[in-house]
Amino acid sequence: MKPAPFAYLLPSTVDEAAEMLAATGGKVLAGGQSLIPLMSMRLAAPPALVDINRVGGITDIEVGDDAVRVGALVRHAALEAHAPAYDANPLLRRALRHVAHATIRNRGTTVGSIVHADPAGEMPAVLRLLGGSVEAVSQARGRRSIDAADFFVGPLESALGEDEIAVGVVFPRPPAGSGSSWLEISRRRGDYALVGVGAVVTLDSDRNVIGAAVSLISVGATPVHVDVGHVGADSAYDDVDWSGATELVDAAISPEADIHATADYRRHLAQVLTRRALAEATADAAPRVAA
Amino acid sequence: MTTKLFGQRIRRVEDPRLLSGRGRYLDDLGHDALAVAFVRSPHAHARVLDIDVSAALEVEGLVAIFSYDDLDGKTSEPLPLLIPHPALTHGRTPYALAKDEVNHVGEAIVMVVASDRYVAEDVVGLIRVDYELLPPVVGVERARDGGALVHDDVPGNVAATMVQEVGDAAAAIDASPRRQRLQLSIERSASMPMEGKGVLARWDADDESLLVHTSTQTSTSVRQAIAAKLSLPVDRVEVVTPDVGGGFGVKIVHPWPEEILVPWASVRLNRPVKWVEDRREHFISSAHERGQLHDVTVGYGDDGRVTGLSVQFWHDNGAYTPYGLIVPIITSTQLLGPYKPTAYRVEFASLYTNTVMVTPYRGAGRPQGCFVMERVMDAIAADLGLDRALVRERNFIQPDEMPYDHGLTFQDGRPLIYDSGDFPASLSKLKQLVGWDDFAKYRERAAAEGRRVGIGLACYVEGTGVGPYEGGHIRVETDGSVVVSTGLTTQGQGHQTMLAQIVADELGVPMERVRVTTGDTRRFKYAVGTFASRTAVMSGSAVALTARKVRAKALRIASNALEAAVDDLEIVDGHVQVKGSPGSQVDLGAVAVLSNPLRYAFDEAAARATQFATPHDPDQPPVAADDEPGLEGSGFFSPTRSTFANGMHAVVVETDPDTAEVKILRYCVVHDCGTIINPMIVEGQVHGGVAQGIGGALFERMEYDESGQLLNASYMDFLMPYASEIPHIEIDHLETPSPLNPLGVKGAGEAGVIPVSAAIAAAIEDAEGVVITAMPISPSELFDLRRAREQRGEAR
Ligand SMILES: Cc1cc2nc3c(=O)[nH]c(=O)nc-3n(C[C@H](O)[C@H](O)[C@H](O)COP(=O)(O)OP(=O)(O)OC[C@H]3O[C@@H](n4cnc5c(N)ncnc54)[C@H](O)[C@@H]3O)c2cc1C
Repeated sequence: MKPAPFAYLLPSTVDEAAEMLAATGGKVLAGGQSLIPLMSMRLAAPPALVDINRVGGITDIEVGDDAVRVGALVRHAALEAHAPAYDANPLLRRALRHVAHATIRNRGTTVGSIVHADPAGEMPAVLRLLGGSVEAVSQARGRRSIDAADFFVGPLESALGEDEIAVGVVFPRPPAGSGSSWLEISRRRGDYALVGVGAVVTLDSDRNVIGAAVSLISVGATPVHVDVGHVGADSAYDDVDWSGATELVDAAISPEADIHATADYRRHLAQVLTRRALAEATADAAPRVAA
Repeated sequence: MTTKLFGQRIRRVEDPRLLSGRGRYLDDLGHDALAVAFVRSPHAHARVLDIDVSAALEVEGLVAIFSYDDLDGKTSEPLPLLIPHPALTHGRTPYALAKDEVNHVGEAIVMVVASDRYVAEDVVGLIRVDYELLPPVVGVERARDGGALVHDDVPGNVAATMVQEVGDAAAAIDASPRRQRLQLSIERSASMPMEGKGVLARWDADDESLLVHTSTQTSTSVRQAIAAKLSLPVDRVEVVTPDVGGGFGVKIVHPWPEEILVPWASVRLNRPVKWVEDRREHFISSAHERGQLHDVTVGYGDDGRVTGLSVQFWHDNGAYTPYGLIVPIITSTQLLGPYKPTAYRVEFASLYTNTVMVTPYRGAGRPQGCFVMERVMDAIAADLGLDRALVRERNFIQPDEMPYDHGLTFQDGRPLIYDSGDFPASLSKLKQLVGWDDFAKYRERAAAEGRRVGIGLACYVEGTGVGPYEGGHIRVETDGSVVVSTGLTTQGQGHQTMLAQIVADELGVPMERVRVTTGDTRRFKYAVGTFASRTAVMSGSAVALTARKVRAKALRIASNALEAAVDDLEIVDGHVQVKGSPGSQVDLGAVAVLSNPLRYAFDEAAARATQFATPHDPDQPPVAADDEPGLEGSGFFSPTRSTFANGMHAVVVETDPDTAEVKILRYCVVHDCGTIINPMIVEGQVHGGVAQGIGGALFERMEYDESGQLLNASYMDFLMPYASEIPHIEIDHLETPSPLNPLGVKGAGEAGVIPVSAAIAAAIEDAEGVVITAMPISPSELFDLRRAREQRGEAR
């Protein structure tokens, strides 16, 4: 379990990194928590690693009025612990707590996990749920922003070009009066989820539902996003029947069997968790409605 | 008086070193050594047609490539069949490198030696092997139907069949008022030590000697095996175990191919050579355990008393049988647990499959047997509507029936005779600990909250302290420190602490003065190894007996020095003194000086033993004819047969009505390992065992597909539980001393793991009302059981 030979490059600016990527056809090394195991098992053998850990200007968490912007070098643990980010968007911490184990969160980056595009990854689904975007830089195309809806293409496959660096991601703040929830079931604490569901529910000033969506992981090739707003539309927060949502979810997902669970069981969990997550997000929203 | 250390919760002396990163494991050694990697078979069953290394030869750093054809002398013969048995009519062992056929994914075919492991793996990737695929035999059912064969010359894939019977079970079952048949299965798991295997060999061409470090559970036997295979005189080979990061059974198997190949390459290349197993290699080329199918018929009375029990089972032994029939023999005998069916018949077939071989893993066949017997007890209780604890009680061997002879032959070739134990007392302690009789009320309260809870219990008896012998050597140094060596090995159990407690007590020295060495053949050459929960019983007894000898010698020498009778002396805090008059004393270091008459005073203390310093009888030799210099001695302990520990576990689970997740709410253990040397260490062993048991009950399995690929050969997908999956474990002890050794102790190392699957199956069954016949069970499988019940239209 030792990687095949590779060149190691250590740029200090984004442009330098983009130049190296283009020149070598190598891969970006961020936290290494996904890439290094793949290389050690020789499932990946990039000719070069462009280590961005010394690159300046991509280390910050910026909490704005509309969004939380997360730089490429922000570790899961830093974002999880970031109080202003939590205040602006509690879902980030709620989901991050389920990403792997503390030691892995200390190294692994949130942007890296989004670029990695694992259909079992939490943060891709959160980005999708919130309607976020990825900021990319390459030598050929310069800087561009890719919407989450377009970003996740397939398992471990994103719209990011091989020569592009994701310099940051933007998690928009849900509208006022929104609550959120992240629920998942994994075999062991910290494992990739058998099924996970993130939910955002928005209430109007009378605490009636005006919006609701869920994003699910481990039940499709990419995060599965389902708008279920009309199911709860106009119901009072304490009297919503979310059962219609589970039907929509059931139609949208395509879970597969693996050694840990049958497809049927995953389908069942998706329904149970969707119901629970929507209820939890609704309850979370109620006290956030301005009196 | 020195306070007695035996029985105290003494903190483990090894922990500060191990926990602060100062352990020295195999991979911490030999940084100057060449590295080894192997080409391993990607196929479960194939003929090796051709090996082409041409593309690899130019790699910088490559030192050598070896395949079967390079092996010479006895290294080219199959590896030894370690434990022959008359019933093992078709025992098969692998070659160190595959000769012309591979029988499981992971079998080593080519050995690459290079400057480092990276280069070695690069070379492995460039070697091409051509195979002719043969039909793979995977799983007990396919092995049993015999349509395809693992070994051409083993008809029906049957390595062995064996029957043991006491009484006429079939007749007893026929005559029983009630009968049931159960079909039960347990999946494969494995020892999975955190540190895999590893070997470092240094050939010294000038001295013509070989020093081998290996992460093993038996250094003495590895030494013999290497000497035999490499045709070296045994005295030219020494084997040392460094710190070992867990064994759990897999490292008692030896010699592993690598334990022969690495020393062989070191001799051949005249360089130090090292191989460190990686996790994938460990999954696919070491050993697994557990996989068995059982078909059980039981006859019993209306009171629940078992009158006849007949068990037929099929044991998946994987591709090879170097460890003989130990696992199925243990299953077949230890299945009986604390119970005494009037008549018992057991028959098993040990079957070859194209999978990693099966050798003992902590519990060694007992978890399967316990699962079967305890499922039977629960089935009887369910049938009769009796309390499950009561049915067990009615079948218990009673304390006044000890020693109890089952009339069977155990794994050590000796009669299965329980030496002691008080099963009714253990059960009543357990019921009290878990609140067995109050559970119905708890269940009602939980149900009112929409929660499903269940309780289960399971009992086991474990033969421990298997012979033939262990020994120890103890020397008191002239500075008063005490050096203890025992030949068996340690893998983190706390042996250094436990053995030091015993020796310190026996010799009357402070524990800090005692240093214990294990598993180093340079220090102690006669030993068997660490397995079968035997160290406290075997080495513990051996060092106790040895310490008594050394003590006697110390008193004899001191009696001259103090001019007092031996009977009037005692040893307190490292000083020999006249009883009741501590003013008249000599410290043990000084006694050690006096024990060794000297010519040269190499230091101040030594001067006291030189020829002009001490008064002596000029007509006697300085060392008496029946004496030896030095305050030291060795001794051995060899018991007539195994001593039988026992225990009972109860578990309370909650199952989620929606998600089918299983949560352990309480885990209670009553444990009887005879006299306890160190309760903290025993409890640690129980904790670890229960954790592994929970792994086997709810998480771990070896997921082979039909072609014999192991689909979950990594810690990502082989779900060893984390600390977060293990509940708090409540423990109570009973101490029923063993009459079979001087300390009254019984083994404790494996105990915790044995009844866990049985207890958890019972608790889930209790919570869910579906019959559990197979373990482990995942939420997905429990969900399927619920679905199946709904489809049958049954209510919960
Ligand atoms: C035991 C274990 C359990 C885990 N469990 C979970 C889990 O439950 N949920 C979960 O979501 N994740 C889990 N992970 C993965 C973890 O979250 C990783 O940290 C994350 O997937 C990748 O982040 P990284 O910074 O380590 O990326 P790396 O491993 O460095 O890179 C991953 C991939 O993304 C690319 N990449 C990374 N950053 C950039 C960038 N800025 N621009 C362009 N390309 C980039 C790399 O080239 C590579 O292809 C687990 C990992 C381990 C080892």
